[in-house]
Amino acid sequence: MSDTIKPDVTMDLKGLACPLPVIKVNQQIKKMQVGQILVAETTDPGAHADFPAWAKSTGNEIVNTEKKETSSMFYIKKVK
Amino acid sequence: MDIQQSIDSLKKEMGQMRDERKNKLAMVVFSGDLDKLLAAFIIATGAAAMDMEVVMFFTFWAIPALRDGKKKGKGKDLFGKMFGFMLPKGARKVKLSKMNMAGMGTGMLKHLMKKKKVSSLDEMIAMALEIGVKIYICEMSMSLMGFKPEEMIDFEGREFVGVATFLQHAADSKIQLFI
Repeated sequence: MSDTIKPDVTMDLKGLACPLPVIKVNQQIKKMQVGQILVAETTDPGAHADFPAWAKSTGNEIVNTEKKETSSMFYIKKVK
Repeated sequence: MDIQQSIDSLKKEMGQMRDERKNKLAMVVFSGDLDKLLAAFIIATGAAAMDMEVVMFFTFWAIPALRDGKKKGKGKDLFGKMFGFMLPKGARKVKLSKMNMAGMGTGMLKHLMKKKKVSSLDEMIAMALEIGVKIYICEMSMSLMGFKPEEMIDFEGREFVGVATFLQHAADSKIQLFI
């Protein structure tokens, strides 16, 4: 699915611990346009619960999640 | 008919109550322990990242964590000097509530935090201020312990306030915490 989604911004958040991934993503998404896609790569195991929680609270959307060997990619669409 | 009227007025009141509470977190930071302060700042910065308005009120033992280790307060009396001497000089000096073991436990935790790339307390404070967390300092605790404004870290919007300011913020916040 990921090859059909074209990211507008890619963030490398590997190594960052809670709560930094969510803070960085929130800062970045504010600079983007509605409809654009942000891809965040993280090694934080808590991110699987935290990114969806953050998205729900801020009104954004996780359109895809990709698990790699040591990290995960979150495809986030700016909704508002 | 009376019941219908009561229901309507209750509905209206409920609606008002719902509207009055903002997407906001009001937190009292009372503890001067490193572990509790870290928890307070992780919650505060996390909330700010979720677009919540965040206000923190520093009181009592938490106040020394906002001291600037390089600055000194002028014109202190004996008790003020004693408190100043006995309490940590800033965020880098606060200790764990458990397993401190004369500083060894705290040192070990800081080492682990660095290794696992968890932000230190002073980094967390700077991050919180950067992303718009509002920090208030309890004026009464300051004067009780003899701390002076000039020995505290300086930041934009720094204010020394009383309990009414906290209550005013807590009253329209969805979440209130005491740490």
